Formats: sequence, C-alpha cells, structure tokens
Amino acid sequence: MSEDNKKWYSLNLGRSKKTESCGCGKTSESCESEKPKDGYDQIMDVPMSRRSAFKKITAGLAIGAGAVSTACSVVSGDESKEKSAIEWEEYFKGNYKLMTNEEKDKTVDRLTRSYELRTGKNLNMSSKDAEEDVLFGYAFNISKCQGYMDCVNACVEENNQDRSSEMQYIRIHEMEDGKGFNFEESDDNYYHEVPAEGHFYMGTQCFHCDNPPCVEVCPVEATWMEKDGIVVIDYDWCVGCRYCMAACPYDGRRFNWKTPEVPEEEVNKNQHYLGNRLRKKGVMEKCTFCVQRTREGKNPACVEACPTGSRTFGNLLDPDSNIRWILDNKKVFRLKEDLGTEPKFWYYMD
Amino acid sequence: MKTLKVFSSLVKDAFLEVTHGSKVYHIWMAVLSFIMLFGMYNYSIQLEEGLSATGMTDRVSWGLYISNFTFLVGVAAAAVMLVLPAYVLKNIDFKQAVLIGEGLAVAALFMCLAFVIADMGGPARLWHMIPVIGVFNFPNSMLTWDVLVLNGYLFINITIPLYILIKRYQGKVPNPKVYIPGVFLSVFWAVGIHMVTAFLYQGLQARPFWNNALLGPRFLASAFAAGPALIIIVLAIIRKFTSFQVPDKTIKKISMIVTVAAQINLIMLISELFKEFYAPTHHSISAVYLFFGLDGKTALLPWIWTSISLNVVATVALTFHKVRSNLKILYVLCGMLFVAIWIEKGFGLIVPGFIPGPWGKIAEYTPSLVEISVTLGIWAMGAFIFTVLAKTGIAVELGQLVYKKQKE
Repeated sequence: MSEDNKKWYSLNLGRSKKTESCGCGKTSESCESEKPKDGYDQIMDVPMSRRSAFKKITAGLAIGAGAVSTACSVVSGDESKEKSAIEWEEYFKGNYKLMTNEEKDKTVDRLTRSYELRTGKNLNMSSKDAEEDVLFGYAFNISKCQGYMDCVNACVEENNQDRSSEMQYIRIHEMEDGKGFNFEESDDNYYHEVPAEGHFYMGTQCFHCDNPPCVEVCPVEATWMEKDGIVVIDYDWCVGCRYCMAACPYDGRRFNWKTPEVPEEEVNKNQHYLGNRLRKKGVMEKCTFCVQRTREGKNPACVEACPTGSRTFGNLLDPDSNIRWILDNKKVFRLKEDLGTEPKFWYYMD
Repeated sequence: MKTLKVFSSLVKDAFLEVTHGSKVYHIWMAVLSFIMLFGMYNYSIQLEEGLSATGMTDRVSWGLYISNFTFLVGVAAAAVMLVLPAYVLKNIDFKQAVLIGEGLAVAALFMCLAFVIADMGGPARLWHMIPVIGVFNFPNSMLTWDVLVLNGYLFINITIPLYILIKRYQGKVPNPKVYIPGVFLSVFWAVGIHMVTAFLYQGLQARPFWNNALLGPRFLASAFAAGPALIIIVLAIIRKFTSFQVPDKTIKKISMIVTVAAQINLIMLISELFKEFYAPTHHSISAVYLFFGLDGKTALLPWIWTSISLNVVATVALTFHKVRSNLKILYVLCGMLFVAIWIEKGFGLIVPGFIPGPWGKIAEYTPSLVEISVTLGIWAMGAFIFTVLAKTGIAVELGQLVYKKQKE
C-alpha cells in the first residue's frame, strides 16, 4: 500500500498525491468538486485547492487549530479586544448539553468568529440536534475488508484530527487465518501490501454503546449519548481527567496530550459543535459517527471512503434501511458482549 | 467574635513559631522549598506543553500522579484510625500520636488534591466540577464521590484538631461533646475515602486487573499498614528533634496495628496471586505482565519484586515480638513496609491495569523527568505542610504557645 517506508497510520499526504486519491477514497477531482457543495459559501472564494494545500503541509502549523494563546498577543485594537471578549465568554460558558438553543447559536457564532479573527477564513459550524425517530447503528463485514485503510485517512481528514501525533479513531487489525478473532496476536500497525496472504482484517473504533461506561464515569457530564445514539463530547467542558479513557473497553477514546495541529489548508470547515470542530490540548475526543455529516443525511466519511463496501451505516429504527437488513439476515455479533455495554456496532461475515 | 480573635492570634503565634527554629530545621525547610520550586517550574513546563510532557500515552493514560494519589489516600485514611482509640477508648498511649496523625492526614490530603490537579488536562476548567456553578455528575461518577469524600475528610481533619488546639491554646480543656461526634464521623469517613477510591478502579469492567472484589479491602489493609508505619517513623524523628514526649509504649502499640494490617495484606496478596496463577484466564494477563513480564516487556519486574520481598521480610519480622520491640529495627521495618506498599499500591496497581490495552497491545510506561520532578515537588509540599502543622501543634501541646489575655 505504501511504497515509501511510512507507518500505515501516518497521514501520508504525499501518498495521496501519487495515487491520485485522497483519504475520502475518491479521486482528488471529485473530492474538490464535492467540497464547495458541503461548505460555507465563502470557502469558494478562497483560492485554495486541496492538492496545492498538501504541498504546504507545514506552512499552516503556526496558525494551528485551537491556539488559544493567540489572543494574549500584544496586538492592540478592536480585533484583539473582540478576541479577548470571545475568549472570556467562551471560558465561562456552560455545558453544551444544558444550553438553550439560543446559547448554542451564540457559542457557535463566537467560535466561527474567533476562527475568522485568527485565520481570516470562515467556518460553517452546525449545532443541529438529533432528529426524531433516528437511532444510528453500524455494521462491519469482516469478509469484505481488505485492510486498505482508506477509512482511516478519510476519518482523519474529515474530523480534523491532530496531524502531528497522527491521531486516529479507527484501528484496522490484521488477523491470521485460522486463529479466529485473536486481538492479542493481531497487528494494527502493519505497513505492507494488503490484503496479505493468509490474513483477514477487522476494524474497531468507538462502538457508540447503548450503555456506555465512559459516560457514566465522567465527573462533569462532558460526554453523553445523544437521542440518535451517538456518544459525543463537549470539548470545551471536558476537564481532561481521562477517566472515560480508562473506562472504555474498546479503545474508542483519544486524548489531546498536546495542542493539536491541523494545517489551515487541511481544516475541514464543514463542522459540527459536537463533531469535528477544532479541539484544544488536554481534552478528550472520539469518533462521533461524523455527526456533521450523518445529521445531514450523509454517511460517515469511513463508510463513504471504504472501497470494498465492508462498512454499513444507517438508522436502526428504519425497517427499510440497509443496516436493518443486515441485522435481520446476517449472523451478527458484537465484541466483548459479556461486559454489558451494548455496542451499536455489529460484525458479520458473508 | 472572640473565637476569631483567638484564631488570628493563634495564626500570628504559629507564624512566629514556624519561622523560628534550629539550624537543622531551617535547612530542612529550605531544602523542601527548593524542591517545591523545582516542581513548580516543571509543572509550568507541563502546563505549557500539555500532558505530552509526561510519559503517559493513549495506552497507559494514568501514571505516576494517579499512582501517588491512590497511595496517599491510604496514608490519609490510616492516620486517622489512630484517633478512635485515643479519643473514644480513652487510651492514653495514643494521645500524642493523634495530633501527628491528623496533621499527616491533612498533609496527605493536600498532596492527593495536588496530584489530581497535576494529572488534569485542563486544570483551568476544573470549576466545571463545582456543584451549582458547574455540572457535578453525582452519583453516577465515582470520581465525584471521591471529590466529595476527600474534601469532606479534609474539612473534618482540619476542624477537629483546630478546635482542640484553640482550646488548649487558651489553656482550656476541649469539650468531648463537641469533638467526639466529629471523631466518630472521621473514622467512618476514613474507611469511606479508601473504599470510594478503590471503587474508582474496581467499577471499571474494561480493566479486569482492577475489576476485582478484593481491591477495596486490600486498599484498607495496605493503608493501615503503610499509614501507621509512616507515623512511627515521623514520631521517631519528632522524638529526636523536639522535646515532645512520645513514650515507647505508644510506638509499640502502633506497631501492633502495623503488624496486623501487614499480615492481613499479605494474606490477601497470596489470595490474589493464587487466583491469577493457579487457573490463569484471559483476565490474568495484566498480572502476568506485572510479575513476570510479557513479550520481553519487563519494566515493572524489578519494582514489584522489590516490593514483594520488602513486604514479606518486613511482615515476617514484625510478627516476632522480640524483633518488633527493638525500636531501631522497628523503624527500619516500617520504612521497608512503607516503600513496599508505595510501589504495590502505586504504579504496581495503576500501570498494569492499562497493560495490555483493550486490543491486547502491550505498551510500557516510563515516567518523564518532568513528571518525576512534579511528583517530588508535591511530596516536598506535603512534607512542608506537615512540618508547619506539626510544629505548631506540638508547641501548643507543650504549652509554649499560649493565648495572651492582655491582647483583648
């Protein structure tokens, strides 16, 4: 899969150039044409193509996401005053879960304005709530997955994960045939051509449990399950104690050990408050089933990127959905069911 | 109003008391201050860079800070278990030890809180945890229980000795009706803080190494060995450097507590080892890692075997009256036991809980220099607080600090 000697999980954007495909699993042309459609109008005015942006990977590091300290700069004037006013209000805002719609709008406005002040670019941030009669679920076909990891790349780009520490939500485990689901002996850090002879592949990520232990343990209710079943985090409310990380049996959670860096050109500007908006250091983050996409009726980035069709996402309450068909007709199972966490993530084989 | 006046006078006198002392005392305080400053400098690095300045990773997400926190909760809990016999059972022998014990509890609690704050990714956002202003996930999160019991315990352990000291300071006799209910409460509370801290880990089905019914009782047993062992050492030092009278009888009584607790702890250790290794299951892997290493990863091996040998030698030796009665040997044994339990209930408990990870990955943990320095700084802070409290307390007890009526 990678000719140069890089680890699989590194966000190897050079590779994307060579293979003429970006992480969303499509060719870069279709990626570019799709982007303005999702984005804010202003994005179209920005003279930036994704491919040229790739070349300047390091250029944007300084204006990395969540660099709160910028506001402490000595630059005087209205803008810096506005910046500090925003920061003041942001610091004292409440838990998103308990906000009224008006408060939600206000904080979204502040966050987009703050980004504009910092970078001169505009964001499209949503605070859309869960829709009625929707409960999201996910199914993974073990027979089909070939370990290409396009899902991993797509996830990183979609969700603005820290590039410098190569944070990823999805792990693909390469397992040996004949050994069953033996995670101890599996390899989630391979960098060779796939599919490898005598192996099969299995992806793990946050399973969005229906009885999530991570939610119970949070001392400040910074993480919770939304009505549509997505387990989310309020990045601004999290105090960074990492108790949820210890409580998760599935390695579904990630911590920002340092200030996350996403080059400005690579920032996905189509964001959701509970989803892929830029994080800061010292807070937890995790897979949100791409809430910014799925609440708009789209599939998560990993599902869309998968070239093999191993991944199925949908509404469990809709009897006509693909996911329901799989649950009704396939022999499905979940991981570590004995723990009583009730994951909404099923595996099956053809 | 009058109480307030007495209190401010006590604070003033105490300040004079703790700023004056022998050369050794001044050197001791200077060294502690230096280590504290060094720790603070390192903490500022951690604040700047984030927790990436520590050795913790997504694999082992709690390390030295939480290990020390867990151990010190035990020390705080155990210190107060000396209170009951002294105040309630009218056991005179313990009286001198009690004040020291309560001072130790307060110092240990401050260290606990400092370790928790040092471990936070966003210490500036900790106000989110304050009930009413923030959101307090009570009763679901065991961490909120821990916040409640630790702060409650701190409050009890500051008010009771303060009441007694203020009375003594004025030359009056403290009224048992006022403080005895508090004493009872603090004893139950002491068990509570340790059980709740154990539940913090015990309640996680994701970590089989912790998800174990014996964890809470073992916490108690090891705490009642390590805490009083530390008190014995402290009493020995105080006896040497001050005119505070601590009879041999007191120290020997406390050594009884240490011995019994250490024996129970050893029995529980054997029970745990038997369960993990007689019929090892999938869930025994963490224990295998801790005691024998996995896949050539053996970072904890020297530590845990040091701990077990110290623990066994000290416990067996303490069991013999003749050995225990020799105070010089007793001090050494107490020191051994303290170190053994610090390892066992510290990173010997926390780190293997994360190894192997949920998908069987074995990634080891080595604390960074920043982390070690901050840890040392917090220990120095604890010693500093304890020294200040003990020096004031002893001066009041000895009648050197007396409230001067003329001031009114």
